[in-house]
Amino acid sequence: MSQQRHPLFMPLIFLGGLIFGFGLGFSHMARPEVVLNFLQFEDFGLLFVMGGAAVVSGLAFALVPRLRERAPLTGAAYGRRLKSFDRNVLIGGGIFGVGWGLSGICPGAAYASLGVGNVTILWAIAGMFVGAYVQGVWRSQRAASGTTSAGAD
Amino acid sequence: MAPELIAPALYETLFPAGVSRYAVGGLLVGLGAVVIYLGTGIAAGASTFLESTLSYVSDQSRFQRYRASRDWRVVFTLGIVVGAAIYALTFQSGLVSSGLYQSGTTGELREVGGFTIWLTDVQPWRLFLGGILVGIGTRIGKGCTSGHGVCGVGSASKTSIVGVITFLTVAIGTAQVVMALGVTP
Repeated sequence: MSQQRHPLFMPLIFLGGLIFGFGLGFSHMARPEVVLNFLQFEDFGLLFVMGGAAVVSGLAFALVPRLRERAPLTGAAYGRRLKSFDRNVLIGGGIFGVGWGLSGICPGAAYASLGVGNVTILWAIAGMFVGAYVQGVWRSQRAASGTTSAGAD
Repeated sequence: MAPELIAPALYETLFPAGVSRYAVGGLLVGLGAVVIYLGTGIAAGASTFLESTLSYVSDQSRFQRYRASRDWRVVFTLGIVVGAAIYALTFQSGLVSSGLYQSGTTGELREVGGFTIWLTDVQPWRLFLGGILVGIGTRIGKGCTSGHGVCGVGSASKTSIVGVITFLTVAIGTAQVVMALGVTP
């Protein structure tokens, strides 16, 4: 899909990112302290961030596919974000939870934190790349040995 | 908001910083995702960027599968950084104010050329170690707070709802234990 993109594709992605990042800044989610305050039951405001965002996206995911069939810039059919369930969702969610609870940082909020001037967050961003790299190498090699030895594991 | 009229003390305890900055910010986060969805049909999450960007420097199959989307994911992430910087230039710097926005007391504010930047007090080892676990967990668990939490829950996906409950519960437990061990901030 990368060969012939609509000229407005990238500008729209950038605009969406801008609004998304501004919202993360405005809601103080770019501040790990505020996320930790929620997890320590000192300020429940984060529920309104997640709730507000899910309501807006929920309306769009429910209504847009009924009004239009395809997205104007890609021609892709409108669908919902549905992923298959397996134990990886629980294992990965658990590991993510430990990391989130320890640092108060999740990926989108970490990028936004850099935008508000928090250079210290580069520690977290570096850590996320290290973590993504380690699991990617491990799973790539596991997948490769799985195909050559025909499911010997 | 009516709650403050009903039980002011309870409201003050649960929401010491009010709810408007959180609710408005959350609506904007959702709106950003919806703008991209309306135009492209893509339900974007923020954590795939980590793996798709690694495809520029690593040939591992796990990263190469995101090759087709890696360029726009970089643009999405740059948008997030710049969007947050616009917030910092306006509301964080006090150039723009609103009854819906309450500034906070966390971390450290510093003036840099008429522009107020914010710095965290959370210790680097927590950020780095936590970051590693976030990098592993979000990729194995098929999503993060934006992919599962915003787009997945918005899609009424059972997988995402289970994912959110899992990482939220574990994160609360972890943060409470870390606090009980006396680590601050």
